[in-house]
Amino acid sequence: MQEILQYFFSGITNGAIYAVIAIGFSMLYNSTDLINFAHGEFVMLGALTMVTFSGPFHLPLLPAFIATVCCISIAGLLFERLAIRTVRFPEPIVLIIITVGASIFLRGIGMLAWGKDAYSIPPFSTHPPLDIAGAKLLAQSLWILLIVLLMVACLHFFFKKTLTGKAMEACAIDKRAAWIVGIPSKLMVMLAFGLSTGLGALSGVIISPITMCSYDMGTMLGLKGFCAAMLGGLGSLWGSLIGGFLLGILEALGVGFVSSGLKDATAFFLLLFILYARPGGIISALNVKRF
Amino acid sequence: MLRIRNLKCFYGRIMAVKGISLSVGKGQIVTLIGANGAGKSTLLEAVCGLLPRWEGEILYEGDSLKGLDPPAIVRKGVSLVPEGRMIFPPMTVSDNLILGAYTMIRKKEDAAVKQDLERVMELFPILKDRYRQPAGTLSGGEQQMLAIGRALMSHPRLLLLDEPSMGLAPLIVEKIFQTLEMLRNEGMTILLVEQNARAALQIADRGYVFETGSIVLQGPAPDLLEDQEVKRAYLGKDYGGFYDH
Repeated sequence: MQEILQYFFSGITNGAIYAVIAIGFSMLYNSTDLINFAHGEFVMLGALTMVTFSGPFHLPLLPAFIATVCCISIAGLLFERLAIRTVRFPEPIVLIIITVGASIFLRGIGMLAWGKDAYSIPPFSTHPPLDIAGAKLLAQSLWILLIVLLMVACLHFFFKKTLTGKAMEACAIDKRAAWIVGIPSKLMVMLAFGLSTGLGALSGVIISPITMCSYDMGTMLGLKGFCAAMLGGLGSLWGSLIGGFLLGILEALGVGFVSSGLKDATAFFLLLFILYARPGGIISALNVKRF
Repeated sequence: MLRIRNLKCFYGRIMAVKGISLSVGKGQIVTLIGANGAGKSTLLEAVCGLLPRWEGEILYEGDSLKGLDPPAIVRKGVSLVPEGRMIFPPMTVSDNLILGAYTMIRKKEDAAVKQDLERVMELFPILKDRYRQPAGTLSGGEQQMLAIGRALMSHPRLLLLDEPSMGLAPLIVEKIFQTLEMLRNEGMTILLVEQNARAALQIADRGYVFETGSIVLQGPAPDLLEDQEVKRAYLGKDYGGFYDH
């Protein structure tokens, strides 16, 4: 029992991170029909930028956090402006290959800027781990869950209540109709890129204390996030959230009860399974309201 | 109010509109009628900025619309009710209407938006009953009313409608056309593209008949309604002769 609980705790911690990454994928897919395979690299950039801001730059936690997310969002906007919008024939396959290229490029930048060493930052707070029924819950895990839930609430509010959020949703539903109505759809696409990469950076920041951050951490995280998004239903906020947590928990249980070699395999087994059984994901964005 | 001179529109190498000229006076309903593929919708797309390539001149209140994108044209006071309605089905009626006012809210014209919303509710009381429903659950006629309401929310002075009667029951069509007349009587200028020629000509002040990208007939709507050629081709009259012999 205690063991299961322990696996569960580590599962929801990882799951929360996969969920944020998945939401980043989903949101961009929603407004641009594009799967950004460079998304994982923005997570990496977020983590390493946070390491730099809080280490050598000696910024306190909160300013470093905000500065990191802002910087990576701007990097995302530049990515859209320079690499995506300049494409003369923006067919989906061309754009997807561009994002794969961008991911290799960003990994190269990461290696040049931070070297091949792995870094870590101290946890957000130094509370001792909580003891719940014999299982330990790290204070950082609580931070992660809290930040993720807060962020989901903010996103929900943004898409439901603000005009800009609604305009973005309208663009996702029907770009041409949104354009006719007078919504500047290019601006909305840029915003989607900024928001999506910002979310990537956020997930990078919150995991930087519990993992080793290096230039090549993004690929696997990106793929896991992608699996989570597919699992929950690409294009849906709640689907991504469910997919992320489900993946995290199953992964942790797989590691605990079967073999630690199974960690990364779990995600891809799940991906294959969901593609066979229910290609739209658990909450299929094809039939339900997106975001 | 709207003056088009020698407009040519292209889809790739195909010329869909072959040098047409027309004008819409302030406070008028002008209708473009003609068969499928005659270039009516293409012309509307050119006016509201959806078509990237066209030649000629489109003047709205004396200013050229060349090179403007749809949001800029909406801001100038031209609003399109597109073919097939193109509402946002998963969003509520109220969200659809508010997004129609996107440009107005961005201009900080909140008071005007409120007035427009009340006006739309007055014109289409059914939308008030459906206010919190997803737009996709509305019937076809209600969706068309929502599309018109959404277009009105941007506070246009020129309203473009592309086939508002398509696929609707005659009673609903009548209701929608009555609303258009009411709007005209309040000073709105309307450019109406229709295949339902009779209904359109009955409310219009002027009409243009399109055929394969050119205007073949034009004149005051009552004259067109009586025109033998129009009757034969678009109003489905005078076929009696065919069958009797």
